[in-house]
Amino acid sequence: MLIKTLVAVFLAAILTENYVLSKFLGICPFLGVSKKLDSALGMSVAVTVVMVLATAVTYPIYMYLLVPFGMDYLQTILFILVIAGLVQLVEIILKKYIPALYKSLGIYLPLITTNCAVLGVTMLVLQKVQSTTAYDYTYIHALINAFGAGIGFLVAMVMFAGVRGRLENADIPKSLKGLPITLVAAALVSLSFLGFAGFVDKLIPLG
Amino acid sequence: MTMIQAILIAAGVVAGIGLLIGLILSIASIVMAVPKDERAEAVLEVLPGANCGACGYSGCSGYAEALSKGEAQVGLCTVGGEACAKDIAAVLGVEAKAMERQTAVVRCKGSLENTSYKAEYMGLESCLSASKIGGGLTACSYGCIGLGDCERVCPYDAIHVCDGVAVVNSDNCKACAICVKTCPRAIISLMPVKDAAVNLCSNKDKGGVTRKLCKVGCIGCKICEKNCPSKAIRVENNVALVNTAECIGCRECVGVCPQKCISFFDTSLLAEN
Repeated sequence: MLIKTLVAVFLAAILTENYVLSKFLGICPFLGVSKKLDSALGMSVAVTVVMVLATAVTYPIYMYLLVPFGMDYLQTILFILVIAGLVQLVEIILKKYIPALYKSLGIYLPLITTNCAVLGVTMLVLQKVQSTTAYDYTYIHALINAFGAGIGFLVAMVMFAGVRGRLENADIPKSLKGLPITLVAAALVSLSFLGFAGFVDKLIPLG
Repeated sequence: MTMIQAILIAAGVVAGIGLLIGLILSIASIVMAVPKDERAEAVLEVLPGANCGACGYSGCSGYAEALSKGEAQVGLCTVGGEACAKDIAAVLGVEAKAMERQTAVVRCKGSLENTSYKAEYMGLESCLSASKIGGGLTACSYGCIGLGDCERVCPYDAIHVCDGVAVVNSDNCKACAICVKTCPRAIISLMPVKDAAVNLCSNKDKGGVTRKLCKVGCIGCKICEKNCPSKAIRVENNVALVNTAECIGCRECVGVCPQKCISFFDTSLLAEN
């Protein structure tokens, strides 16, 4: 049962609740870094790592510090603080121990500090803990959800990098060149993800 | 009282966690400090920061790193030129060699007036894609296609397509050689900035063929070669090549060239003179 729910959470985070294409979080890096496939990949990997780490830290802070003392209204400001610190820490550690990865991630790592998708993942998962009634939404579910959200970000970025590659060779009306056509394309990709609605519930019936 | 207490507790919690994170970060930055290459940083300061890659390294920081390790030559930065080479040498404590300023030249004069297109082209606005179709769009298979691939890659706004042929503005050109690598016809090359003759044609066809294609094509007649007092011109593969180092700037070849494809690079026409 636990495995089944974990798979459901993972798939839902990628397909039905894709943070970029369904919840429209993290649009800035989605539009900014999807021009090239390798930088899109680098950004997505960095985002995935930070999402999982951020959830791993913020979930216990919320559950064991904020809720018992009735200070859950502090979650936004505290989560921003924790995520910013965490990104800095990850950067320092990578610089020291995995310089190759640090170089390839480059500017993307500090950019994640202000990526609202990360904040969104850590905060929305807490709502889910309260609203999921079919099974116990535990710490592991939250982590898998964060990982799935990161992979979903990666899928969206890679797909959109492909779309933009096609756009570059397309004969676009002058008034739509650049950002306008990119936004139209993003909307169409997002629309295609709407087709996944209800997909996971049917695939893995729970409760 | 309880409300003030709640506010104080909330502020305390946020401040406490903030302090804790700050403490962890500052400890981590001390424990895991990466020794910085101070020489590389100092070199990076004097480099122009154009990140064009003319030196062959990945941007200015890559060049600075290679310099500080002693793996790179001092005078590779064409953008900064001699002044920059001197600055780098001063930082590194080595001697700077004299550096020659260079400029790109498009070896083609095939404007719309001088030559023609083989067919009408309605594809992508790119020389590379045009050159892939039927051997290219221009009548001359060595000539400038004129769709401006070089113009788009130039970081210094120094090359422009004018009348169907790319022309370099040597005042702006920093000799980063990005256009040289981009041109699908490979007709852009670097030459030293000096008063010298330069053959503005790359056509290797036989004379008769060239003459039909272009009004200003080099037909390989060797008149320039015979008339050059310093033996600086050689005709190879039906096209004249000027050895700029040996050219004395007498303009003899410019006068005798029947096709008027040999031109003179006049440094007095540059803006700074």
